[in-house]
Amino acid sequence: MNASTSTDALERQLREGVRGGDDPATAIAALANRAAADGLLDVAYATVDTPVGSVLAATTRRGLVRVAYPRESMDEVLTELAREVSPRVLESPSELDPVRRELEEYFEQRRREFDLAIDWRLSQGFRRRALESLTGIPYGGTITYKELAGRAGSPRAHRAAGSACGSNPIPIVVPCHRVVRVGGELGGYGGGPEVKEFLLELEGAIRKE
Amino acid sequence: MSEAQAQLPPFQAFLEQHRGPVLGFLRAMVGPDDADDCFQETFLAALRAYPSADGRNLRAWVMTIARNKAIDHARARARRATPVADPPDRPVSDSYDGLGGGEVWARAAELANGQRAALALRFAADLPYRDIGATLGTSEAAARRRVHDGLEALREHLATTSKEDQ
Repeated sequence: MNASTSTDALERQLREGVRGGDDPATAIAALANRAAADGLLDVAYATVDTPVGSVLAATTRRGLVRVAYPRESMDEVLTELAREVSPRVLESPSELDPVRRELEEYFEQRRREFDLAIDWRLSQGFRRRALESLTGIPYGGTITYKELAGRAGSPRAHRAAGSACGSNPIPIVVPCHRVVRVGGELGGYGGGPEVKEFLLELEGAIRKE
Repeated sequence: MSEAQAQLPPFQAFLEQHRGPVLGFLRAMVGPDDADDCFQETFLAALRAYPSADGRNLRAWVMTIARNKAIDHARARARRATPVADPPDRPVSDSYDGLGGGEVWARAAELANGQRAALALRFAADLPYRDIGATLGTSEAAARRRVHDGLEALREHLATTSKEDQ
């Protein structure tokens, strides 16, 4: 056997020598738990299965920071969180257990109010005031964009109120689906108009036609 | 916020992109039994330092951390080791062609550390020479030489030990 063949054989053995074995899934799951224990989990996320699709939810140490419907790209949402909050973004289903549980109860009509801390940092100014005032609309009720503008302190800013709803980073839990047009038209919705209709029917705010 | 910070992908994406090469490298450096522990230590240290990481070459950055963890691991093992009267027998074989790849890596443990790391980065982590150089703090050309010299040294070492065994 000549030297070059031997070297090729050796290279092959070196490549194959580290193949196979178990995937380090256990080590990765343990990593998220250790990161949380060490205070390094700035953004934890998980996907939650709901009747309106697989929804991405993300929390910080302050609270729920983001909920995204499947029509948003998951990569883009996570990149936005890395940019706006912290690049320490890690998948951690166990950190999202309370969020998952409350969403399940909501969709099973066993929960009318969410009892989750909210991290509002992705919204500022008027948008934030408008979104914060949404939490005062009760389950089963609706208000108009004009009324929302009034609640946020700028009664004439109904267009801005509409765009605040459109930019809601935490749909479902911050109930922008409860804001409708004057005259009863449902208006737009980030998750799609059919999802808005579904949620309002679920809450008994509108009847199925 | 610096430019490097602005370009950092979410840590989960970084982890998914580099987990394979890091695990391969650590299996070659510390063996399959301890690789998972070192893997977890590597990515925990990476997560800790991540906001200030150099976003331009994250592969070399994480491999440098992995290499340091492998060195820490080897030192800890050396401290724990107690001298034995009879060293364990080497497996007998006609040539290293008959050895399993894992065994070849075990034999590579006797190479100079820089050579072994260069081989692990090349053949276990499958890195291009440019990134091997960046990880080892040398030029691309020096990395290429070190892999070549490491292969030669390992080939000779295996040939010698298999003759001794006969």
